[in-house]
Amino acid sequence: MNLNAVWTIYIFEMRRFFRTITQSLISPVLSTSLYFVVFGAAIGSRIQEVEGVSYGAFIVPGLIMLSVMTQATSNASFGIYFPKFIGTIYELLSAPISFLEVVAGYVGAAATKALFIGVIILITAFFFVDIQIAHPFAMMLFLVLTCVSFALLGFIIGIWADNFEKLQLIPLLVITPLVFLGGSFYSISMLPPVWQTITLFNPVVYLISGFRWSFFGEADVAIGVSLFAIALFTGACLAIIWWIFRTGWRIRQ
Amino acid sequence: MSAIVSVKNLRKAYAGGFEALKSVNLDIEEGEILALLGPNGAGKTTLISTICGITVPTSGKITVGGFDTQTQFRAARDLIGLVPQEINLEPFETVMNSVSFSRGIFGKSRNDAYIEDVLKQLSLHDKKDSKIMTLSGGMKRRVLIAKALSHEPRVLFLDEPTAGVDVELRKDMWEVVARLKASGVTIILTTHYIEEAEAIADRVGVINKGEILLVQDKADLMAQMGQKQLKIELTDAAATIPDALAGYDLARADDGLSLTYSYDTTGERTGITTLLNDLQKAGLQFKDIQTQQSSLEDIFVGLVKEKP
Repeated sequence: MNLNAVWTIYIFEMRRFFRTITQSLISPVLSTSLYFVVFGAAIGSRIQEVEGVSYGAFIVPGLIMLSVMTQATSNASFGIYFPKFIGTIYELLSAPISFLEVVAGYVGAAATKALFIGVIILITAFFFVDIQIAHPFAMMLFLVLTCVSFALLGFIIGIWADNFEKLQLIPLLVITPLVFLGGSFYSISMLPPVWQTITLFNPVVYLISGFRWSFFGEADVAIGVSLFAIALFTGACLAIIWWIFRTGWRIRQ
Repeated sequence: MSAIVSVKNLRKAYAGGFEALKSVNLDIEEGEILALLGPNGAGKTTLISTICGITVPTSGKITVGGFDTQTQFRAARDLIGLVPQEINLEPFETVMNSVSFSRGIFGKSRNDAYIEDVLKQLSLHDKKDSKIMTLSGGMKRRVLIAKALSHEPRVLFLDEPTAGVDVELRKDMWEVVARLKASGVTIILTTHYIEEAEAIADRVGVINKGEILLVQDKADLMAQMGQKQLKIELTDAAATIPDALAGYDLARADDGLSLTYSYDTTGERTGITTLLNDLQKAGLQFKDIQTQQSSLEDIFVGLVKEKP
């Protein structure tokens, strides 16, 4: 294992994060704060409690998940796509490192960035709404697993993409709708029965539900099912990455 | 000397059926400078990319320092530094960080003193904290070399290092290459510029259409294949070549004021003395004579043309 290489990639990527601090940190924090102001304070004050929790507090886990999922995906996809785009990928391909070490470096950095943003948003939330975290360890576990699994997904997208449009395609057309429709802003029990069933096919439902459970002790689906779902998703991403590693798909000619 | 890089029956075919390399065999001796010459699309870059691990071979075997580049890729790649043809650099990073990154991914711990030394040798030291996008083209090429040297490789591949580089910088590059050779690094460079191969290589390989046409000691190659020409300028124009001189390989200039005699330097007798005697006997007065040796370029063009 070439740990020096993993660390080098990790630090190089983290440096990019701090170099572009406005874009990478301040903008997600600002947009999330706007959600709190609009949905939590302005509209939320007219909505009754959801599952015994004030609406402003209810949306906190969903908002954190929305940011963490999109940030983990976009950071990881950009991280590996950029060297492909500018051609510096040759260095990674000719260095004595395995593909899994490359993945560890890029995914580790993207997951760290997303985690960082998630925690900052959580801290920001305390300024707007009154929330308690019922299961802090479970909360961190869900957060970290989501960061890692979506960074893995982002890495796959970055390898697959051969232009900037494709890089944005999955986050915009797949992830954002799934997160919005995955119960970020509502409980799925509020939906008509048919839609409740359809929603269960959305993998994001399980992540948000489990994450919300760690805050309020209440969930749309059983916590065990949520954990199984995120494990399944992580496993699927790892399997695809393993296949890319075996075949050199879109990397080595 | 032993081969530090050994390529056996290397073949590379792309999905579309294009065969970029056709059963290439090549041994590169430790400590030498090998220049690979070939026209565009000859397979130079594919060969280098395959040795370095960027391209996967279709079949064949490559060893570097005795290590198989497929099964022992870590040990093999540890020994290799690659300077690519394109200027591929992260524009927003500083020179120092970019070069240190290269060292890091080769598994070496950060060593600023060593990196600074490399930068000094490449006259880049005063730019170490500059962002790469602020550097000139020539400077960027030096950064690529610094990156390739960052992990102290024993074999350095330079893929067209002086393409688009001005004459002064090219000479600087040659000096850098000479210093590296002196420190024991084996250097393989591809080039379009025959003069470059002529100036710095120990051996020359000619590659065309995915095949190595020859690999030979530069001096031997030039001596073996070198035709020499003797140009004789005449005082008065000769209307024809006199019959007495019919036995010689002579060409008359259109204006009749000079004759060119071609001869082989490898022959025991060049025939120059008898030719000059016979010229006098034929009544031709000459005012000047000069010799010309064919350059590597002539040899190269000849070779590539021979195999259409």
